[in-house]
Amino acid sequence: MSETSLITAAPGASARKRINGIDIFMWVLRCAVAAIALFGTVATLLEGRYSLAQWFDFAMFGLTLGSVYALIALGYTMVYGVLRMINFAHGDITMTGAFAGYFVATGASRSGLLAAHPILAILAIFTIAMVTCIAVALATERFAYRPFRNSPGQAPLICAIGVSFVLEQTVRGMFGSGVKSYPVTPWQDAVVTPLGMRIPVINLFVMGCAISAMVILYLIVHRTRMGMAMRAVSEDKAAASLMGVDVDRVVVFAFALGGAMAGVASVCYALIYQQVHFFMGFAPGIKAFGAAVLGGIGSIPGAMVGGMFLGLIEAVGPALFLDGLGITAPYQLRDAIGFLVLLMVLIFRPQGLFGEAMAKKRA
Amino acid sequence: MILEIENMSLAYGNIEAVRGVSIKIVDGGIVALVGANGAGKSSTLNAISGLIPIKNGSIRIDGQSSAALKPHEITRRGIVQVPEGRRIFGRLSVEENLLMGAFSRTDHAAIAEDRDHMFELFPRLKERRRQVAGTLSGGEQQMVATARGLMARPRVLLMDEPSMGLAPLVVEQVFDTIQAINAAGTTVLLVEQNALMALEIAHHAYVMEHGEIVLEGPGAELAVDERVVSIYLG
Ligand SMILES: Nc1ncnc2c1ncn2[C@@H]1O[C@H](COP(=O)(O)OP(=O)(O)OP(=O)(O)O)[C@@H](O)[C@H]1O
Ligand SMILES: [Mg+2]
Repeated sequence: MSETSLITAAPGASARKRINGIDIFMWVLRCAVAAIALFGTVATLLEGRYSLAQWFDFAMFGLTLGSVYALIALGYTMVYGVLRMINFAHGDITMTGAFAGYFVATGASRSGLLAAHPILAILAIFTIAMVTCIAVALATERFAYRPFRNSPGQAPLICAIGVSFVLEQTVRGMFGSGVKSYPVTPWQDAVVTPLGMRIPVINLFVMGCAISAMVILYLIVHRTRMGMAMRAVSEDKAAASLMGVDVDRVVVFAFALGGAMAGVASVCYALIYQQVHFFMGFAPGIKAFGAAVLGGIGSIPGAMVGGMFLGLIEAVGPALFLDGLGITAPYQLRDAIGFLVLLMVLIFRPQGLFGEAMAKKRA
Repeated sequence: MILEIENMSLAYGNIEAVRGVSIKIVDGGIVALVGANGAGKSSTLNAISGLIPIKNGSIRIDGQSSAALKPHEITRRGIVQVPEGRRIFGRLSVEENLLMGAFSRTDHAAIAEDRDHMFELFPRLKERRRQVAGTLSGGEQQMVATARGLMARPRVLLMDEPSMGLAPLVVEQVFDTIQAINAAGTTVLLVEQNALMALEIAHHAYVMEHGEIVLEGPGAELAVDERVVSIYLG
């Protein structure tokens, strides 16, 4: 963590151990989970309760939700990359953007702007939400994380959890604890039917926004000076500082990029569920964290793929895995499936799909 | 004087790694700092680069104390370190590594020129410019590290064991390169295990032992000094 890490060498690769009781238990667990999923899947498919069109709907919704998770996951992964720290307040930072967007949307709806100039109004909603998320993210970094940057132990982590509470309770105190419904415009409920498939316009819109944001992020990270510096800092802070990189500025840059993505995500999320709530950041925050871990925390493409994957599992999973097991109302278990995936990743593949083998980095 | 270390000490916790070291680096020369493992050579370079705080004494760049400067600010003053173990950015391409070296500069046209110049100096790197640097061989990685350091257009290049882990023939090349860099006007502070080779090309040299400077003099003189020979040739 400290800048003097130039001196301490990375520890060697972990030695291969002999098979022990825990390994056996893990394998039994893995096989059990796989068996249940397989059994449920086969049973569901044999029953044939869902039509192809329904499966398509599930998948479409999953990818839409997944693209939002991916955006939030990017914030976790970039901050982890530069600081090796989990920003547990990131879900709640996203929530503040949703609220800011909500106020712009209701204002625009009342004044008629939303109906008269929908594109302008949407742009305003996204802009304000992004600016809010960036501002909150930067303030969090400056006042909550930076003072503890070099302190030993779990101080930064505890601080992040504290910030999470502060944000939730501040919003609750200021705007109440009720659920506020997002203004709806007619096009939000519209449906297009290419090739006989029903696709809600809102899904296409959300995916379009999310994917555009990710493409822009990718270009920033791979084509700009600061993006390159951020990748360098993620690999080796001390070496980057020897190149003349101001590590503090790169950290700020990572938080700002993560905030911007959270801003886009917050509006998309509110558009999907058409409501805002002070606690709304928690579940997507945890799931996006899971998506980041799933993709390999620190990896930008990993966060994107992980988010999509988690969204898909969550949307298709209940019907596919649970329905055939005779569980009634499998949809109630959607969140459970999401969290279960997170748990499974942490247990079985903590380095994630695109995981960087930290110990192997320096030969 | 471009860089002057006076009576400098530093410690890791209770372990005093460097005690009362004084090193003068005048413009244009090659200064060698040699010594056994754990003598405190890397610690000295890292203190110069601002990565480790010093406990006593002073480090002055152009006569001004560098105590309040952060590592990137020291690099921007032209004191650039090529660290021990190369420390290249393994997931960045070869070309991006070179551009990272020039990070503190803003003269874009000249940066592109320097990059092309590096590709002339190290043709191997030109062939592999788009390759991810982590997949290069050890020798090629050392080329990247050296070229990356040079891309900063340093006034003083601090090189920490550039020959480490390289085949003898490649070591020769590295030393030739160091002399060429120096001939082109860059001051070099060279830390080496490979003491005799370093002393041969050094204008002035310091021998370090257990955190202290035990010998000092022109490189050619130290290369034939009994004490150095007895330490390094046994
Ligand atoms: N991060 C650290 N924490 C504690 N002690 C350290 C640290 N880095 C170096 N030391 C100690 O400081 C002393 C000097 O180390 P240093 O790396 O400066 O030696 P060196 O001369 O560069 O050796 P080598 O030739 O092996 O690279 C050693 O005894 C080492 O164990
Ligand atoms: Mg050393």
